[in-house]
Amino acid sequence: MSDLSRRIAGLVLLGAALALPLALEDFWLQLGLFVMATMVGAVGLTLLVGVAGQLSLGHAAFAAIGAYVYVWATSEATPTLAGAGLPAVAGLVLAVAMAALIGLLFSPVASRLRGIYLGLATLGLVFVVRHLLLNLDDWTGGFTGRSVEPFTIAGFSFSNRDPDYLAVAGVEFEGLHRLWYLFLVLTLLACWLGANLRTSRTGRAWANVRDSETAAAAMGIAVARHKASAFVVSSGYAGLAGAMLALAYGRLAPDVFTLLVSVDFLVMIVIGGLGSIGGAMVGALFVTALPLVLTQYSDVLPFLAAPGSGGLDPATLSRMLYGLAIIAVLVFLRGGLAGAFRRLRGGNAPTAASGAPDDTGGTPPTPPTDPDHPVGAQPVSSKETAR
Amino acid sequence: MSYFLTQVLNGLSFGLVLSLIAAGFAIVFTSTGVLNFAHGSVVLAGAYLVAVTQPTIGFWPAVLVGILGAALIGVLINALLVRNLADPNPGTAAILMLGVDILLLTELTRRIGNRVLPLGAPWGADVVRFGGISLPTGRVLAAVLAVVVFAGLWFMFSRTRVGIGMRAAAADGPTASLMGIRLSRTGATGWALAGVLAALAGIFLTSFPSPGVVPSVALSAFLAIPAWVLGGFDSVPGAVLGGLVIGLVTALTVGYERELHFLGAGFGEVVPYLVMIIVLLVRPQGLLGSKEAVRV
Repeated sequence: MSDLSRRIAGLVLLGAALALPLALEDFWLQLGLFVMATMVGAVGLTLLVGVAGQLSLGHAAFAAIGAYVYVWATSEATPTLAGAGLPAVAGLVLAVAMAALIGLLFSPVASRLRGIYLGLATLGLVFVVRHLLLNLDDWTGGFTGRSVEPFTIAGFSFSNRDPDYLAVAGVEFEGLHRLWYLFLVLTLLACWLGANLRTSRTGRAWANVRDSETAAAAMGIAVARHKASAFVVSSGYAGLAGAMLALAYGRLAPDVFTLLVSVDFLVMIVIGGLGSIGGAMVGALFVTALPLVLTQYSDVLPFLAAPGSGGLDPATLSRMLYGLAIIAVLVFLRGGLAGAFRRLRGGNAPTAASGAPDDTGGTPPTPPTDPDHPVGAQPVSSKETAR
Repeated sequence: MSYFLTQVLNGLSFGLVLSLIAAGFAIVFTSTGVLNFAHGSVVLAGAYLVAVTQPTIGFWPAVLVGILGAALIGVLINALLVRNLADPNPGTAAILMLGVDILLLTELTRRIGNRVLPLGAPWGADVVRFGGISLPTGRVLAAVLAVVVFAGLWFMFSRTRVGIGMRAAAADGPTASLMGIRLSRTGATGWALAGVLAALAGIFLTSFPSPGVVPSVALSAFLAIPAWVLGGFDSVPGAVLGGLVIGLVTALTVGYERELHFLGAGFGEVVPYLVMIIVLLVRPQGLLGSKEAVRV
């Protein structure tokens, strides 16, 4: 796609995102909020997994940290629950910073481990954070969780109060509409930053580390530091996503951030195509919207049974479609949806632009063989890559 | 003292069951380089097959069905999906297995529903007592069987052609392939073996003191991941050791929960993962794993 048509497509999508809330019902508005929140998380994870080649199953843990830090920072302290009573924007910044900081604390592990090894270590993080959420009741409200204050800037609340009635040219803007626009700004900012980061010096260094740590080191890239920085950035994104999820839910509980959420984030970026920002966004749309839409329309869809009746209930069906989608994409679609889209656009032959940073995201994270080294000289990597 | 000993023996016997699962992870990983997130579902599938077939054909034939079924599931996953990955590398393979896990687990959960399927094991709720210590018979049997299985695995990997071929393939696939070892065959053998181990573990995880086959059994495979990582990714003896350590540590933290209350309620559930993170920090290759050769 030429630059011009890409811009036009972007503008059309943006226009749609701006106009949609005016036409949508509350269910769809709420859905949009969840989709945008998970988009931010997915973009962060695709930078780590797709660009830097590090598997992480701990994304939910960082989202949880972001969410709870945001809630703690923006709530007023009560006799049973701690709170800092900070402005919402400060809470948002603090949520991102805190998630990134915890990511930094974990980075001695992150920078020493590679690929799936890191995935396993971060798996533990989800359970540890869950344990903390359940036990630090003074901060988190324990098992029952705590409620989330509406987002407020200078007296303007992104909820149904303050001002109670807001209308522009006769169209009323309720809380969900206001949150929609707030989320849109945050999401666009996060995606724009992510896209730029991917093609920046740092992003190219990450991709280099992903393709070959040895080659990256030979090129003068500090491998351990870049693996750590990818992890920190991705944690910060997860923190923002967590804070947005907190706003979208209106109430937090430890069960919001289970291991399944980590898996969901991974699935979003795989379906979309590893390393692609747009792919991550489409993946988030699919993964987040599918179960909610199927549940909403379960009475209309003829083959669905009511939950608990032993038949195919909407939750089961969406889980199955979801599992099948993962398998189908990984077996049939090289590079996920983004890769397929790129092939549709440019035919099968590599185009002149295939060396540009834009295309590195869709190439396989590990080359089948490393031309710089005979296979025998590299026992570990040969074990990982030769099959 | 006898309380302490009971906890230790409980931990060790449960640890051996975890070892069976962890060894499955290690075998699949060394033979095909796949991090098998669907292993938990295979454990559940094995136990489920036993539970649904035992009313009609009896317990022992049902065990055989469960073992063969789990092995077949493993082989099919490998042959149909893993070997056909569009973009074969450890990362996408791991995510593929997450997809397989979701699919298998959803289907099994739908079939089981809210029921608790009894396993019908002949040892039932018997308890073995000696010297003031009592252990469920199922656990004692599990420990004995696990020891036998691991002895068999040791024999296989050190004395038989198949086992040595698998080790050669794991050490250096392309060279082994040039020496006439079929990588497709060693891979299939690895997946089948892991399925057998998974079914055995599933049987003991769902017999007394557990109530029966419920979907959450699949989660116990996640407890075996710390055991596997602890021992080293590519080492079966390491998986056994890791299972024992995790089993022991978990049993002791749960057994002495009141004394450890300052660490929070339910600390026993996270302690395996804490141990795993600490070990990875100090010794990234695990206790008995081979060291990463590439150092940058």
